[in-house]
Amino acid sequence: MTPTPSDAPSPRATPLHAVHRRLGAQLVDFAGWSMPLRYGSETAEHRAVREAAGLFDLSHMGEIAVTGAQAAELLDYALVGHLSALKPGKARYTMITAADGGVIDDLIVYRLAEDDYLVVANAANAATVREELAHRAAGFAAEVADRSDEHALLAVQGPRAAAILAGLTATDLDGVGYYAGHRAEVDGRPVLLARTGYTGEDGFELFCAPADAEPLWEALTRAGAGEGLVPAGLSARDTLRLEAGMPLYGNELTREVTPYEAGLGRVVRLDKPGDFVGRDALALRAESGPAARLVGLAGRGRRTPRHGHPVLYEGRRVGEVTSGAPSPSLGRPIAMAYIAADLPVEPGADGLAVDVRGRAEPVDLVPLPFYRRER
Amino acid sequence: MDTKIPAELGYTSEHEWVAVSGDTATVGITAYAAEQLGDIVYVEPPAVGSTVTAGETCGEVESTKSVSDVYAPVSGEVAEINQNAVDDPELVGSDPYGQGWLFKVSLSAAPDDLLTAEQYAEITGGDSE
Repeated sequence: MTPTPSDAPSPRATPLHAVHRRLGAQLVDFAGWSMPLRYGSETAEHRAVREAAGLFDLSHMGEIAVTGAQAAELLDYALVGHLSALKPGKARYTMITAADGGVIDDLIVYRLAEDDYLVVANAANAATVREELAHRAAGFAAEVADRSDEHALLAVQGPRAAAILAGLTATDLDGVGYYAGHRAEVDGRPVLLARTGYTGEDGFELFCAPADAEPLWEALTRAGAGEGLVPAGLSARDTLRLEAGMPLYGNELTREVTPYEAGLGRVVRLDKPGDFVGRDALALRAESGPAARLVGLAGRGRRTPRHGHPVLYEGRRVGEVTSGAPSPSLGRPIAMAYIAADLPVEPGADGLAVDVRGRAEPVDLVPLPFYRRER
Repeated sequence: MDTKIPAELGYTSEHEWVAVSGDTATVGITAYAAEQLGDIVYVEPPAVGSTVTAGETCGEVESTKSVSDVYAPVSGEVAEINQNAVDDPELVGSDPYGQGWLFKVSLSAAPDDLLTAEQYAEITGGDSE
């Protein structure tokens, strides 16, 4: 047995650290932050989000404000999306790439007002994203400022999320559409209330002042007590997003791939006016087709393909697993993997396997996502 | 979860426990290991009849987040495996020192180098009973 307890030196604590300790969370160092991996059974937390609701601390995420008369023009130039076309009150999933089209990070961008955007980056990439945006801002009438220390982030995810939140806010939640973000009050505290998430379920994310994080957590916990709400950690978050076929930076998304390999070419708006960083390389890639294909695999046995395991086709190495886990919803191992773009395999094909620690485990190619909620 | 360390068992620094009775040893993983792993979804003990060597890997325990090798704490021939734990891996987490045992070994030599409960407690920062 070789478990790996969390013993890295002094990661940063979120404003909810004391809450996690009180709840008996297993804490791990994640991107320099001490984060709850799980509070009890991660499988139970996963199921609660699918069937009722889960409460997450996502305060490690980076928040970067982009403001000013040319904030929209800057983001059109700096990111692959068409952010000037985004209406105030709306959010968009997008990416920042290098000049060669390699993904620097995937982002959610909120347009709070005409000249006021909030860019939410992954914790591990937040500093890089802020520096890139500041660098790319040269010549634009726009300010780029790291606002991470001014924000805590809570997420309520699951089919009961709206019912739980409805008791704490006067905001009409039916009016908050998917990928919308509004200023609102929850439990009397000002938040940016967004209908976004990373679980494949309906849900909300609440950006708040750090001092409001704990009272909001407690208010949501009380409001969710009769609805099946449980605190949920990063372990459940990872299996939820994997089932939903959502990419994780560092796994599916890296500097080595463009959005096209990840099957997310739709986020690259080659049709938007003006130049943007990565446009030439991405236009070429759109023309030539992706160099690899991101696929879903489901194990026929019980051993789980994991990040880095080789994918085999008729015994020959044809790719590599990016993420894998036992799926609580499917009851079998699932994985995402990059395989050679020209490999002639489709769902139902035989001959695919993953080399799981020295033994080939047969897998089925299956469509992504693995799980889709009923609407 | 109760992570008390039973005083009557032997331990390894790789978080296996051993109960020796005559020339047979029963092997499992400790409560500390199970707690660190999280929900256990798959266990693969060594095959009955195979030979295991102290200090060498002989099986796997897999959880949602990770997979870990099981190291043989003793040398000998595998006499029996716990099919209940194979069929219901949750037993390894819920009752690691009882119904969650993994396999039994017919010892080819008396075990040595096993840690006492007190010594194992020092490694894990836990309490021996």
